[in-house]
Amino acid sequence: MALCGVAILGILGLIVYELITHSSLSWHAFGFKFFTRSDWDPVNESFGALPFIYGTLVSSLVALIIAVPLSVGVAVFTTEMCPKVFRGPLSFFVELLAAIPSVIYGLWAIFVLVPILSKYVGPALQKSLGWSGLFEGPIYGYSMLAAGIILAIMVIPIVSSITREVLMVVPQHQREGVLALGATRWEMIRVGVLRNARAGIVGGIILGLGRALGETMAVTMVIGNNPLIAKSLFAPGYTMASVLANEFSEATGDTYLSALVEIGLALFVVTIIVNALAQLLVWTVTRGQPARGNA
Amino acid sequence: MPEAAIATAQAAPLNISLRRRVMDQVMTGVAVLTVILVLAPLVAIFGYLVYKGVGSINWAFLTQTPKPEGEPGGGMANAIVGSGLILGVASLIGVPLGIGAGIYLAEYGRNRFGQVVRFTADVLNGVPSIVIGIVAWSILVRGHGFSAWAGGVALAIMMVPTISRTTEEMLLLVPQALREAAYGLGIPRWRTTLSITLRTATSGVITGVMLAFARVAGETAPLLFTALGNEYWSLHLNQPTAALPLQIYRYATSAYDDQHQQAWAGALVLILLIVSSVAAVRYAVRRGTFGTT
Repeated sequence: MALCGVAILGILGLIVYELITHSSLSWHAFGFKFFTRSDWDPVNESFGALPFIYGTLVSSLVALIIAVPLSVGVAVFTTEMCPKVFRGPLSFFVELLAAIPSVIYGLWAIFVLVPILSKYVGPALQKSLGWSGLFEGPIYGYSMLAAGIILAIMVIPIVSSITREVLMVVPQHQREGVLALGATRWEMIRVGVLRNARAGIVGGIILGLGRALGETMAVTMVIGNNPLIAKSLFAPGYTMASVLANEFSEATGDTYLSALVEIGLALFVVTIIVNALAQLLVWTVTRGQPARGNA
Repeated sequence: MPEAAIATAQAAPLNISLRRRVMDQVMTGVAVLTVILVLAPLVAIFGYLVYKGVGSINWAFLTQTPKPEGEPGGGMANAIVGSGLILGVASLIGVPLGIGAGIYLAEYGRNRFGQVVRFTADVLNGVPSIVIGIVAWSILVRGHGFSAWAGGVALAIMMVPTISRTTEEMLLLVPQALREAAYGLGIPRWRTTLSITLRTATSGVITGVMLAFARVAGETAPLLFTALGNEYWSLHLNQPTAALPLQIYRYATSAYDDQHQQAWAGALVLILLIVSSVAAVRYAVRRGTFGTT
């Protein structure tokens, strides 16, 4: 049995080893500049990963901006407002979103979300918020915005289930205490519940971020796959994961492959840091409570 | 003036409490709105999937291989079988490894090394699937060619952390007294673990396995450069192999309407496969536990 435990360490070690050895060529050729240059030119073997890093960050950020209020709202509704009978089914349905494979999200996004965006939502946003510069230019539908929205839908079940868990470990007497002071239900939720659960909710959000950063298929299918750094969310983009999905199997030349593996390595390192941080935050909240525990 | 002042003084508490009550109502409304906004895509996706999928599934889809591009007809039979093949390999490797690690963590892992393994499993769980695809490629495909093996191994790596952590949790739920009773009868520790502890926790362990299975069944990214996909029948584990998610991806991004139809049909088959396998096992397990307790 200990062997199986060792195997888990071995797998992780293998991942790190393979990523580092296969990316060394690119690392030696470009050094740290690899992450700050924005040219991606396989023909001349000149590679910079900045557009992909930008795309990954912006699409994930858009996703979080949409997903966080919705997820927290759903979690608050399920734990604090909804009749007990509906609690189970409601969380079941929200978590059902997590069971849908990424490629099916992509498929749906191509044929439903993208047309809706380019026909209705895009023009409306341009008219109302065009001054911000975030919604400029021609509306193709295949865009950073589409990627952000589909990512948001995929991240919601994660953030909301963690938030729900964290809200449930807030001790009942906190709620009773605030209510006894004459608070309305919303004030009780704001002062007694959300404030106590802050760290855990942030942990859930970061966990969602980790998922969004590494998500591949759905994003690849709708982001437009164009290494641009544009301010407008209507412009197409490219993410680290989607450049791997699109170019890895067709990459010719050792430098090209090595550059792609280096992007993979960067993605790996970032998601690990993000996930470790999130685990830590969630852990301090759910285990730090003295009231809970069955020991 | 004084009259007005008195009026405001009297009205003030009422106003505040009114404002607070309105705020309460508004926030409740906002919470309900978020629920609607979250459930809307769920309904939209499933609804559209069933609507498009049912219209596109036919006998040919389930029994034929893909036709050349642009030619109507054909199906995804080879992809359905290929997916089964790859998932079979993944389960054969991932399930024993995951359960083994879970047993280790629960029964022998109350030490520093156990903590390290536990943390590593959590880290592994967060590794993006495409990165696992790259690693499987560089170990198994580089120099050997694309194969169902490589795809299966990539998916197995993804199954292990989920299975090991759920197995551990389930084993820890088994009462300590049960283990002690077995020791008291002179049964060795390994035998107790296998025949008593694991046996008692079977239903939970299987649920964990099914969760892991459902998660990797729809994975596309790690298969892109391991199993690669195949237009024809292939039952050899060391040949490029078609898989349902890969085929859905290719067809969804193709230019032909007929292939779009097939992508929807494939998506419906995939989701039915996932849901039914999970539901079947859950049903079996539930009956099993009621039988034994």
